[in-house]
Amino acid sequence: MSDDTLPDPDSEPYWDGAAAGELRYRHCASCETVIFYPRSLCTHCGAPNPDWAVSKGQGTVYAVSVVHRAPPAFKGQSPYAVLLVDLDEGFRMMSRIIDVEPDSVSIGDRVRVIFQDGPDGRPTPYFTPA
Amino acid sequence: MSLKRACAIAGVAESRLGVVPDSTVLTLQAEALVAALADAGLEKSDVDGLLVSGAWGRLPGLQIAEYLGIQPSYADSTMVGGASFEFHLGHAAAAIQAGLCKVAVILYGSTQRSRADKYIFQIRNDLGYQYEAPYGLPTPVGSYAMAASRHFAQYGTTSEQLADLAVSTREWAALNPKAYRREPLTREDVLNSGPIATPLNKLDCCLFTDGGGAVVVVSPEIAKTLDKAPVWLLGQGESVSHAQISEMPDLTVTPAAKSGARAFEMAGVTHTDLDLVQIYDSFTITVLLTLESLGFCSPGAGGEFISNGRTGPSGEFPLNTNGGGLSYCHPGQYGIFLIIEAVRQLRGECDARQVADATLALISGTGGVLSSNSTCILGVE
Ligand SMILES: [Zn+2]
Repeated sequence: MSDDTLPDPDSEPYWDGAAAGELRYRHCASCETVIFYPRSLCTHCGAPNPDWAVSKGQGTVYAVSVVHRAPPAFKGQSPYAVLLVDLDEGFRMMSRIIDVEPDSVSIGDRVRVIFQDGPDGRPTPYFTPA
Repeated sequence: MSLKRACAIAGVAESRLGVVPDSTVLTLQAEALVAALADAGLEKSDVDGLLVSGAWGRLPGLQIAEYLGIQPSYADSTMVGGASFEFHLGHAAAAIQAGLCKVAVILYGSTQRSRADKYIFQIRNDLGYQYEAPYGLPTPVGSYAMAASRHFAQYGTTSEQLADLAVSTREWAALNPKAYRREPLTREDVLNSGPIATPLNKLDCCLFTDGGGAVVVVSPEIAKTLDKAPVWLLGQGESVSHAQISEMPDLTVTPAAKSGARAFEMAGVTHTDLDLVQIYDSFTITVLLTLESLGFCSPGAGGEFISNGRTGPSGEFPLNTNGGGLSYCHPGQYGIFLIIEAVRQLRGECDARQVADATLALISGTGGVLSSNSTCILGVE
């Protein structure tokens, strides 16, 4: 998993945030659009260099799949539950739920972010029941 | 501006399909090209447009043209996943309408099964994918599983309903001598085939085969000089939504909603006018979502729509009559085979699986992870 091209100039503040225990996203001051994943322009109005903001890390499960056939780099970890989470600030991200049985997670469940080292050793956002 | 009757399909062919170890991506495409030109009654020297897509090699659009000895004056290497060939059909029509070429060939080949080509969904963890890669979602199946989970929760759709689609598709495959899997299949077989990524089981997923195909697209003037009756492009629309599943705005609505509306409007026909439908079936859920997005049923009604044999040979809605990506073949990017089957049905060449009096067909290709869609309406009148 390790890749020495990461973080890149777009993502460095995001991964720095994760290392500091912050879930960072971007926000357009011109049109109020919430932007995730972080980009160098507003995905709605095109304004350059949107502001960085910090999420409270609370959200709702939008979709979930329990993985039984893991990709080679994740062999031995299955089954595990991968989520799409709608954060309360209005953006969606992929993550995984931990500290709970994978089959017990349902769409609509409330979850909160926690940070743990990811597969490449970098602090990475995961979720746990709120 | 419209593409209605801007071009006709004059020839179609597959290469050998399934497991073809004594081949390369180039030999399979050459095989399909020769057969499709013969089907059309045209020569290689007539070809002045070449539209290709693939994840093999370094520059597939150049490598295949060189190998075939074709120096096209119109070239298109659009790569939007398995739907690329339905995009190509619209692009070929526009090019022919503009006078940029007269005989365009759409080509595809893959030896992913026998020779481990670099598959289009090799794991990436750079750029946008760095926000998904740490979590181990298998691609593409996990992304489609996410969409299925959402549809199940939102509308009460069930694994049994998805299984019924796989069963009906297999019933069509049993009638197609070229299909890879033809043995009978039951709902229980699908439900018990083992979870890959919930709620999708192994038999909700497409095959993993070798194979190639070719489609010869010609100007109306040339179409009228050929022996076989032309199959006309009556409408086409295309739409691109996202690259990765976490960026899909609504997991229950695919880009077919936009491309389909445009295709229907261009063709000037409605759903009930159609005699048959070919919809990209990378996974059972792909078909359900595409049917809803195209407006064949209301949002949430897709599960009921595809269940109880409705789309099979004995049902009222002929769908994926070659056996689809689920049971006929799926060499990585399946979209070209949607065109091939629709053309054969409209020509009445399908023997045991022929849909009676077929004159109007819809094909809808989906690529990536519900990311891209092009929908085309074809007719013989
Ligand atoms: Zn903006």
